Amino acid sequence: MSQITTEKYKDEAKRAIKNPVLQDALSNLQERLGKGAVEAYKNLPEGHRLRIEAHDIRMNAIENLDVLLKSLAENVRRNGGHVYFAEDALSAVSHCLEIARKHNVKTAVKGKSMLTEEIGLNRSLEAAGIEVVETDLGEYIVQLAGEHPSHIIAPAIHKTRKEIGKLFSEKLLIHYTDDPPALTRAARKALRDKFLAADMGISGCNLACAETGHITTVSNEGNIRMSTTLPKVHVAFMGMERVVAGLNDYDVLFRLLPRAAAAQNMATYISYIGGPCHKDQVDGPEEFHLIIIDNGRTKILADEEFREILCCIRCAACLNVCPVYRKIGGHSYGYPYCGPVGSVVTPLLVGINRAKDLCLGEMLCGACKEVCPVNIDIPKMLLGLRAKLADGDRKWNVTRASLVEKALYKTWSWLIRNRWTYDLFLRLAYFSQKFLPQKGGMIRRLPPPLHGWTGKRDILPISIETFKQRAKRINLNP
Amino acid sequence: MITKYSTTQSRKAGFTRPSKKLNLMHNKNVTLFIQCLIDCLYPDVGEAVVHIFQKLGLTIIYPPDQTCCGQPAFNSGYKKEAKVAAKRFIRIFENADSIVCPSGSCVNMVRNHYPQLFRNDRKWFRRALSLSKKIFELTEYLVDILGVEDIGAGYHGKITYHDSCHLLYGIGISNQPRKLIRSVKGVQFIEMKDSDRCCGFGGAFSIKYPEISTAILEEKVKNIIDSGADAVVGCDIGCLMNIHGMLSRKGSPIKVMHIARLLAG
Ligand code: SF4
Repeated sequence: MSQITTEKYKDEAKRAIKNPVLQDALSNLQERLGKGAVEAYKNLPEGHRLRIEAHDIRMNAIENLDVLLKSLAENVRRNGGHVYFAEDALSAVSHCLEIARKHNVKTAVKGKSMLTEEIGLNRSLEAAGIEVVETDLGEYIVQLAGEHPSHIIAPAIHKTRKEIGKLFSEKLLIHYTDDPPALTRAARKALRDKFLAADMGISGCNLACAETGHITTVSNEGNIRMSTTLPKVHVAFMGMERVVAGLNDYDVLFRLLPRAAAAQNMATYISYIGGPCHKDQVDGPEEFHLIIIDNGRTKILADEEFREILCCIRCAACLNVCPVYRKIGGHSYGYPYCGPVGSVVTPLLVGINRAKDLCLGEMLCGACKEVCPVNIDIPKMLLGLRAKLADGDRKWNVTRASLVEKALYKTWSWLIRNRWTYDLFLRLAYFSQKFLPQKGGMIRRLPPPLHGWTGKRDILPISIETFKQRAKRINLNP
Repeated sequence: MITKYSTTQSRKAGFTRPSKKLNLMHNKNVTLFIQCLIDCLYPDVGEAVVHIFQKLGLTIIYPPDQTCCGQPAFNSGYKKEAKVAAKRFIRIFENADSIVCPSGSCVNMVRNHYPQLFRNDRKWFRRALSLSKKIFELTEYLVDILGVEDIGAGYHGKITYHDSCHLLYGIGISNQPRKLIRSVKGVQFIEMKDSDRCCGFGGAFSIKYPEISTAILEEKVKNIIDSGADAVVGCDIGCLMNIHGMLSRKGSPIKVMHIARLLAG
């Protein structure tokens, strides 16, 4: 399992906000990718409709997951591959270790995969004495630095050129430079040796096609193709939801994915991998394994309220427009999945109470839904999670997050029930606010639990006359 | 006091071109829902709404029993408490012809979340659904229903506009307020950078996660200041209260104005 530090959300967020370098990086990312995605959608002849269609395709797949997974497994096997259904992180990792042992694997090269972050694969392989090398440039940087990715597709977004230059000069023993092409060349040179030496290639899977038994990977660097064709064994990890019925569905989804993820009309590489190398083929692995992982997804599938999040294709577009992510960065979320999608998925995977700050500490602004290539209603699910925290929930094993807050809202519901009591309350508040420090007609400090407001903001005092009183005065309802 | 709002006077004050659409709707009553924050913090905004409708010659009904639509509880997950407010709201407003509210997030709540809230309760669902079809946000009502873009208001200065999230993403309103602002005489309209990015308000979020909320707000305020406008206008008092709070703390002379006040001017 990946390390879970969702409890530190508030502290990490505060730290991120105070880091000016990170703030710049996040703004740049959003200016480029977030706005780029919105622009890229505009070139689609189908416009907004395509996202709705994509939603239907994904939802259809999710509703028929059992059938699709069965036929995917059959077809992969028919193509000569092996399929393993892993119930949880542990069984997925153990199975991979078993394959590694069988082939006496010393070095594994990896294409980028958030799922392997989720199951903590690297740590387990390394503990078994296997050298694991990330080959996506961003992931490679993060790995060399001993950190975790802070973005789903731009994992090293939190690092500056200078930091990377320093890191490379220490770890790759090159002369310091912060010139991106030079750094990329250095990484490429170092990685080339690893590719050639590796005896196992590990990848994720963007989408699998049940009809043909292909898995598909999308990348811009070509590293996934190298990782999956050079070593003699290829192990692909796939979340059980990442399947579609047929190749036709790819058509829509792969037009949207690169636009959403990187403001590109097309990704540089889309690889269709359909099992091991056949006799008449010149390259490819001798063995192909597909590990399909549940790790809590069945439980999400069983709940109609949250099922929709399984449509996600992890494009990260929602991160690139989220006002909260823009300020707190990926590490604050304390789990590989961050941003709006993380705020829904993480609580569902690691426990809603444990990750409560993720769903409470998001806005409900709706920018994520607007940009999501599969039109997932993230705000609706955030509300769903909040409701579980508000009143507790047996099915998800949630205990009420705050008794005090519950009492406050209960009181509120009594107050608003009757205009007379409501007015009385407003009167009381009006008189008690006289004791609060004011300047220029604005209150400078509110008492707990409202004091958070006045850290950096003032607030107007309650008016001497409510609108209701004015309406009466101006004889609105004679 | 009442004469101040009389229709004859306001006709003189500038309203000249009632559109065709307006004539069709002319006999209609408009029932006001004045959001709780406007009611107790910014009652001037409510008064401005009254002024606008009186200027247009509409009959205004204001049910004095109204309190809150339930949004604060709903957004924090307290559905039971939100239902108390929602049922009350439905009872008070369901016989109205059209309900107009100068707050996008409340309209979003009633229009989109009420039916959702009662999806397992047939009777209330039906009532919520029929109510959801006759509530309008102020600028939406003026531009889309009445067909009025120029209310004959005047204001001298540079104005920028903030798109509130629930108004924009929830009920899809962005052109209507801009049209109305542009037609105010003497206004120089300036788009700020990222007018459609959240201001960091988020209701209880702003109190529970003040560091994140104000970090988002800092950027919004910077964009407002950089725009060079001397007033920022919006359609949601929650966001405006947030922006107002920080501009005031910073001692900025930029005015924060609900669109109703601009249009009533
Ligand atoms: S929720 Fe939508 S936008 Fe966010 S990562 Fe998933 S598919 Fe992309």
